[in-house]
Amino acid sequence: MSVAWRVAVDRSRCMGSGICTALAPSAFALDGERSRPLSEETAPDEALLDAADSCPAGAVTVTEDGRVLGPRD
Amino acid sequence: MSTSPSEPTDYPFNEAAGLALSGKYDAARRSEGLTRVRLPYGEPAWLVTRYADAKLVLGDRRFSRADAAGHDEPRQSPGRADGGILSMDPPDHTRLRTLVTKAFTVPRVERLRPEVRALAESLLDDMVAAGPPADLVEAYALPIPVAVICRLLGVPEADRPLFRKWSDDALSTSSLTAEESDASREELRAYMAELIADHRARPADDLMTDLIGARDKDDRLSERELIDLCVAVLVAGHETTATQVPNFVHILLDHPGEVARLHDRPDLIPGAVEELLRFVPLGMAASMARYATQDVEVGGTLVRSGEPVLVSVGAANRDALRFPAPDTLDLGREGNQHVGFGHGVHHCLGAPLARLELQEALRALVLRMPGIHVAGDIVWKTEMLVRGPRSMPVGW
Repeated sequence: MSVAWRVAVDRSRCMGSGICTALAPSAFALDGERSRPLSEETAPDEALLDAADSCPAGAVTVTEDGRVLGPRD
Repeated sequence: MSTSPSEPTDYPFNEAAGLALSGKYDAARRSEGLTRVRLPYGEPAWLVTRYADAKLVLGDRRFSRADAAGHDEPRQSPGRADGGILSMDPPDHTRLRTLVTKAFTVPRVERLRPEVRALAESLLDDMVAAGPPADLVEAYALPIPVAVICRLLGVPEADRPLFRKWSDDALSTSSLTAEESDASREELRAYMAELIADHRARPADDLMTDLIGARDKDDRLSERELIDLCVAVLVAGHETTATQVPNFVHILLDHPGEVARLHDRPDLIPGAVEELLRFVPLGMAASMARYATQDVEVGGTLVRSGEPVLVSVGAANRDALRFPAPDTLDLGREGNQHVGFGHGVHHCLGAPLARLELQEALRALVLRMPGIHVAGDIVWKTEMLVRGPRSMPVGW
């Protein structure tokens, strides 16, 4: 069974910096100037963790089976 | 769609003294396609002035900062910026940026708010005790961000006169020769290398110690990258905020009644800071050209692979297609998604801290000194990348 990651953007925190959409354009899009994930579940991809690590608002979370993978410590 | 480059217009458009946005930006924004411009040094470039175009170029990885190294990058001074996080693309850029980002996220910097508030209030106490007039820059605008970034990074605040000069040099577009600006940069690097050696011997609870750990334990960056990252945090961490505080006061005083309004309604301050960030064209000129890595259409112009694009965020922030009545200061403006901190991978990583410092600096000031006024001649910075008062005598 393939592993799926879940990507969430807290739109109340998002400041629309455009960092996640630049780092992982296949996973995030700006919608009304706030980011949203293009799909909730996605294949594992390092770029998603980079996006979570880089978000100045701390709005991007990546999880696997409820376990937080990103932002990384 | 226009494709043939016309004769470039001389750039920058803005005047160093004051904070006006040159009317030439309006003309450029209204004209078809992008405008061809030439800075004092380097090759001609396309100038982006519209909001949608700015977001496209800054937020799209088909545009590169790293590629500038292989070209005669458009610039305001003879010296070339070397390396640094603003001259990198992902994945190298991401590797360095993520080491620092965590110290500047909204939840992390929010914990600093009480400390910043107390600091702002105590500086005003000192000003009041000494009596008017006071230089708002030296007495208030500089000490706040300097104290915060020094504590956060692990730099002695007492060294402010030292790094103030290096920091000024780093943002200078003046007659410093390439050799002189290189020499100044090397002095700052040597100073930082010494501090890093001290921290290696005596680790502390600060960002420099964390970054040393990332290098020594995890090998995530080189020694040179470590030094340059600390330098970048120190310079970027205070200079622009220190400049914006007097800029904001200057703009507010230009709009009678607005200081009193914020005094009566401090809840409006966060929104007011966003509007002031939108309204003030801080930069002398668009800089940090993005190089197209393939042919891309931007605002009706086909930008060819290998061509540089300069993005004026100051002009984009006054685009009527995005902001109703863009040249009106509206402290209650809603949906104010300005690009004052940039956009995309190079979006200001210190934005949450800058916001907090600007909010607290403004809050303490309007609450304590609702009668603040300019009490002498403002001396404007000249030959700098950012515009603002070098000194601003105020009474209250």
